[in-house]
Amino acid sequence: MINFEYARATDVADAIRQIAADPEAKFIAGGTNLIDLMKYDVERPLRLIDITHLPLKTVEETANGGVRIGALVPNSDLAYHPLIEKRYPLLSSAILAGASQQLRNMASTGGNLLQRTRCFYFYDVATPCNKREPGSGCSARDGINRINAILGTSEACIATHPSDMCVALAALEAKVHVAGPAGERTIAFADFHRLPGNTPEVDTNLKPNEIITAIELPAQGFAANYSYLKIRDRLSYAFALVSVAAALELEGNRITEARLALGGVAHKPWRNLEAELAMRGKPADAPAFAEAAAVLLRDAKGFAHNAFKIDLARRAIVRTLRQAANGTPQIQSSKKIR
Amino acid sequence: MATPPSRLRSRPETLSVPPAILVTLYVNGEQRKLAVSPWTTLLDALRDRLQLTGTKKGCDHGQCGACTVLIEGRRVNSCLTLAVMKDGAKVTTIEGLAIDGSLHPLQQAFIDHDAFQCGYCTPGQICSAAGLIAEGKARTADEIRELMSGNICRCGAYSNIVPAIQQAMGAMGPNHDQF
Repeated sequence: MINFEYARATDVADAIRQIAADPEAKFIAGGTNLIDLMKYDVERPLRLIDITHLPLKTVEETANGGVRIGALVPNSDLAYHPLIEKRYPLLSSAILAGASQQLRNMASTGGNLLQRTRCFYFYDVATPCNKREPGSGCSARDGINRINAILGTSEACIATHPSDMCVALAALEAKVHVAGPAGERTIAFADFHRLPGNTPEVDTNLKPNEIITAIELPAQGFAANYSYLKIRDRLSYAFALVSVAAALELEGNRITEARLALGGVAHKPWRNLEAELAMRGKPADAPAFAEAAAVLLRDAKGFAHNAFKIDLARRAIVRTLRQAANGTPQIQSSKKIR
Repeated sequence: MATPPSRLRSRPETLSVPPAILVTLYVNGEQRKLAVSPWTTLLDALRDRLQLTGTKKGCDHGQCGACTVLIEGRRVNSCLTLAVMKDGAKVTTIEGLAIDGSLHPLQQAFIDHDAFQCGYCTPGQICSAAGLIAEGKARTADEIRELMSGNICRCGAYSNIVPAIQQAMGAMGPNHDQF
């Protein structure tokens, strides 16, 4: 870790002023990812602006029946918040599938969105990586790519976004509230993270001089029929090889609305509206689930060590949708997949 | 909108003058004032500056849990915490759990159940378990295992750690918030 200066921001306006004044600075909240990356010399900010004193720590109901989550609410507090547990259990479950309780106690809601990939080569500063050093090449394409992406990859990058929470937020169609020198704006969750293309060094559409202030959930929470299933190389405290967030609205056994998002497979939480629409109006049963999986994975492309993810994802999608339809969501402390 | 990564821009390799910042920590009930560099982790401050070496440095990357301490009663990885960001905070380490020479119920339970071999992960395991019991979210053995997964034991004493925590949980009752 290189030496750096430390500054504290007093409110959102102050934070925006300070980041605008120093392009070498970074915001720090929970620090669970940033300090880790700084210790590996992957991130080398010359100044950290501590935003933990900003008044962004509440979870409140909105006028239109949704919930607004302050960007500094810790992941654990959010997972166990009564409003979230009751109305958005998919979000609770996804958060509890990620990291450890110590890290969830530290990590902020906004920071979860901004965490960087865990691609081995992004972390290893001795190897080329287009995300870390644009133009240097991608070591993962022909390297050990078991954990890498199968959807939306580019010649330049096959990294995945590591978050579990974000997979649920994608399925729930959250909105991201941000503030910057030009004022406030709202970004639809689907537009927040980006695909790598030729600029994999840019993870999101948040501008460098902007700050996340809140995440907003719409009223519809899919509390009756949902599941978050995470498949990984060990049973807890590991990143997803494939994870699936499924949420259904049912009339009897007929699907009236379906949401499906995948983690561990792409540079962003992966949603495919065509796959969701394919289930609408159909009986909530294996044929509809298999069709949705086929549509979602139609353009999937494996590499030397991760082609297994395509079949794994297909089965995980069907299993998770069945759990959702049956009202038997995956319990994160139970390692038996129902 | 692409911003070149900072390493590609011209910049000094590092800041030459470390600006020390005065912070006050309330460690195990005692007020401790110290001047720290911005990059000093809470773990290094505890071990190297306050000589509280019970908290262990394992991976130093938040993957092993050996550095677990309680801040305001919540378990965190002290290796990923900057001391300068915790000015005014109450910190509880393994040294602060025993009261008047009597072992904390978790310390006694770890002895009773032989819940360690080399002992290196044990301070982190015990602080983490204290946080777990205070959270009140774990009831079953499965729930304890899941919510303790941030603490790695390379000796593999897990099968004794779970009953030790269950014993302490029984002795302390749920939602116990006294450390």
